[in-house]
Amino acid sequence: MSTTVILFTILSIGAIASGISLVTRRNPVSAAMSLIVHFFMLAGLYLTLQAQFVAIIQILVYAGAIMVLVIFVIMLLNLGKEENLTEKFSMRTTLALALGGLFVVQFLTAFLGKKTGMNALPEKSMSIGTTEGIGNVLFTQYLFPFEAISLLLLAAIVGSILLAKRKHEAS
Amino acid sequence: MEQDFLLSAPITFLSIMATILMVVDALIKKSSKITFTLSWLTLGITGVLAAWTLKHNGTAFNGMITVGSFGAFFDILFCMGALLTLIAARPYMQRENLEHDEFHSLILFAVSGMMIMAHANSLLILFIGIEIMSVCFYILSGYMRSSVRSVEASLKYFLLGAFATGFLVYGMALIYGATGSFDYNQIFMAAQHELRFPSLMMIGIGLLLIGLSFKAAAFPFHQWAPDVYQGAPTVVTAFMSTAGKIAAFSAFMPIVAIVSPADTEMKIQIILAIISAATMLVGNISALTQTNIKRMLAYSSVAHAGYLMMGLVAISAHHARGVSGILYYLSAYLFMQLGAFVIVSILERSGEKNLEIEDYAGLSKRHPVLAALMTIFMLSLAGIPPFAGFFGKYYLFTAAIESGYTWLTIIAVISSIISVYFYIGLIVKMYFTEPNESGESTQQLPGIASITLAVSAVAVVFLGLMPAGLLDVIKLLFGN
Amino acid sequence: MSSIIDLILGFLSEHIDALILLAKIGLIVNGLLMAAAYLVYFERKISAWAHNRIGPNRVGPLGLFQSFADVFKLYLKEDIIPTLADKKFHFIAPIISIGVAMAVYAVIPFGDSFMVGNKEIFLSVAPGINIGLLFVLSMSSVGVYGITLAGWSSNNKYSLLGGLRSAAQMISYELSMGLSLIGVLMLAGSLDLTTIVHAQSGGKWNIFLQPLAFIIFLVASFAETNRTPFDLPEAEPELVGGYHTEYSGMKFGLFFLAEYANMVTASAMMVLLFLGGWEMPGLYEALGLPAGSPLIAAVQFGVFVAKLVPILFFFIWVRWSLPRFRYDQLMNLGWKVMLPLALANIVITGIVMTILKHYGIM
Repeated sequence: MSTTVILFTILSIGAIASGISLVTRRNPVSAAMSLIVHFFMLAGLYLTLQAQFVAIIQILVYAGAIMVLVIFVIMLLNLGKEENLTEKFSMRTTLALALGGLFVVQFLTAFLGKKTGMNALPEKSMSIGTTEGIGNVLFTQYLFPFEAISLLLLAAIVGSILLAKRKHEAS
Repeated sequence: MEQDFLLSAPITFLSIMATILMVVDALIKKSSKITFTLSWLTLGITGVLAAWTLKHNGTAFNGMITVGSFGAFFDILFCMGALLTLIAARPYMQRENLEHDEFHSLILFAVSGMMIMAHANSLLILFIGIEIMSVCFYILSGYMRSSVRSVEASLKYFLLGAFATGFLVYGMALIYGATGSFDYNQIFMAAQHELRFPSLMMIGIGLLLIGLSFKAAAFPFHQWAPDVYQGAPTVVTAFMSTAGKIAAFSAFMPIVAIVSPADTEMKIQIILAIISAATMLVGNISALTQTNIKRMLAYSSVAHAGYLMMGLVAISAHHARGVSGILYYLSAYLFMQLGAFVIVSILERSGEKNLEIEDYAGLSKRHPVLAALMTIFMLSLAGIPPFAGFFGKYYLFTAAIESGYTWLTIIAVISSIISVYFYIGLIVKMYFTEPNESGESTQQLPGIASITLAVSAVAVVFLGLMPAGLLDVIKLLFGN
Repeated sequence: MSSIIDLILGFLSEHIDALILLAKIGLIVNGLLMAAAYLVYFERKISAWAHNRIGPNRVGPLGLFQSFADVFKLYLKEDIIPTLADKKFHFIAPIISIGVAMAVYAVIPFGDSFMVGNKEIFLSVAPGINIGLLFVLSMSSVGVYGITLAGWSSNNKYSLLGGLRSAAQMISYELSMGLSLIGVLMLAGSLDLTTIVHAQSGGKWNIFLQPLAFIIFLVASFAETNRTPFDLPEAEPELVGGYHTEYSGMKFGLFFLAEYANMVTASAMMVLLFLGGWEMPGLYEALGLPAGSPLIAAVQFGVFVAKLVPILFFFIWVRWSLPRFRYDQLMNLGWKVMLPLALANIVITGIVMTILKHYGIM
């Protein structure tokens, strides 16, 4: 077994375990922390794929910024009581589980018995994951979507400020 | 690079102007007059730029977007819709005591999102475009922050829209997995050969159709439409239900076209036909029972999405009439639906008064002109000759028949007949009923919104009387 | 007997890389703890100087062993966990704080590599990582969990307020901190800290090329390390002790050490990114030592430390000179002043670089 396989095994078990813990924890802070652990595991998986930049951005943006805000909101709302989140095993849960199971089956039928022939990383992917690689592609080939996304974020910022700002005094 | 910017001039110009407008908004106090002028100028210039790029077919930015006929045609429709909305919005916003501040830049942002959708040549771009448009709509529908209904509409739209986006992205990811590309041309090429994971492709297409059906308000993902259309400020509803739907179909058409080669067992075609039939039946039958005019129009817009989907069925069956039929119908739909909603917005009084169909009783006595215009729009929506709606339906119906979907056409005709009941019902209410005693008299003049009404009415009549004009243009651009 | 020695030697030479790595980690962890302990001592001495007092002078000569006495005391103290606290997170929070503070040092280089025999030895734990700078930033952004969780798990409203404040403050200043560094990255063209230092060789220190970025980074560092004037998460007059109100014993000590370790990190980053790291124009040529010799590395480390100490002094000096911000002032400064300035800095840098490149100067 190569180091990559060992790392992959450990990281994916960690990712799945933290994912399960995320949905089963009753305490919202525990759930959020599981999600953070999950993000770290994902970052590790990206590293095994030679995508250093994506890995570190995963930690910097998701674990470091977005989840802090999530925790911030949980603390502000003070959802400390576990009763708030208890949910009985209902029709809805059953349905969700059934649909989820169906999805897994669908994927298995789609993938099983068909080799992708991609056991080793292709040569190209070695340079894609670096900061230079991503920067080059982002500002040449993907220039248009990059700029369009900035437009999207701008619109979202304007909107959130608009919806959250104080009402005008006179009107 | 210069070539790219030149050919994508409508999108780039509009986006830059929208950003500038926002800055102007922030820096200048009481800027509504300036931003209004700037925004209609921007939309006008963008329309002209789009008309200029009509004949320059090709791609730009490394094949990320298409330029030329298809996108430019939609650009013009979006600019027209936004322009008419802005003009109609001005008196409405003043009456409703709404702040103008960000309204103009949000409308422009939404238009740029729609244009990106129409120009998309890659699923990635399509997604970004849809998101820009949707985010602007979420905000615009909650623009009346003091109204509970408006906030509810915004929240409902946002939550369901985010859910639909999930389907959309998942579908895109699966299609990428099956074909190895986001690029439309490459997906089209890949779909022609045997795929390694055909079931992945089919699941992906299915999820993509769900997402897009939501944006187009097609059955069974139409539930949000009545609530959102009712809660949102009426001018915003006018914009969402016209330009938004046009944008959804501008995205729908290429998608259906590129995935159709993978559809060897005609599954997608059948699904589209069933959705289409269900959408028009559900839309029209639900509209029958509505008492609120905005809800009634909302359900009618759902029904129109059903008719438009007949064109998609034709496209999926490789029938060229589908494209021209949809393009013609969308042009007609823009004016008739917008006109109807603008009349509603003129008659509406703050606090969501005068929105019941009952309030339209005897309108012909109080506002003969508005009643007459409303009649034109209603007849056109019902598809009664000689108005634009009739020819639109005619082309779509023939396209469906020629693609071998006679049963779909029969359902379409039946549902059209159902729809006549409530469209004509409103006309009867306006002309043959005595005014409601309790209904307050409305003396407010439409102001500059009359420009919107005049343009829409003229367009509806003109397109109906001389459908050949627009069809010739479409034929010229798209080669039948 | 000799076979056993052979065996050991064989084992050693086989695993020499791993052993060197372990030695480096051990050195850095212990060195950092020592540095943090002595920073506490200096903080007390400088505060005494600012107050016209004498400061610690009983334990050892000049009170030099005071910090050890303090740590020893903390170990012996009772570890109190409030009854209603969330015990799991109450336990984890200080570990996160100190762990993250230490983890940053994996990528910080203290000098160029040197040769022993034909073995190249780097003066950092993980050399040549091409995302080194981002790693430092991401670790500092993860560090906020230690404080936030400490505040939340203590089940005390003062602690909670402190935790909330720190979350908001760190997120706000992280942005300007990261953006201020983009100018530096554009000049160096790399995220590798060693490359950034080398790009500043010959006196082209970034503090001269990027003065605005340096000021923004400096201010943001104060906020990120929760030092006065940004120490709102533990503002004593309002919040008792802030996030560590309910901590005692060595858990409290860990927070304390983490704060000082973070201060060393921030100072080290400033040295590496803006003050040319271990570069000193003319010095190495004057010494005339061959490249790659251990002596050069030692001098480089000395230069590095010599640059580090004044900044650390500055941190302490500011603490005893300036009053604390009010919360809204803090947010206004972060979002309305620092962020636009950092963005402007990127634009200006880009424009100037393009012009200079156009005329072939760069």
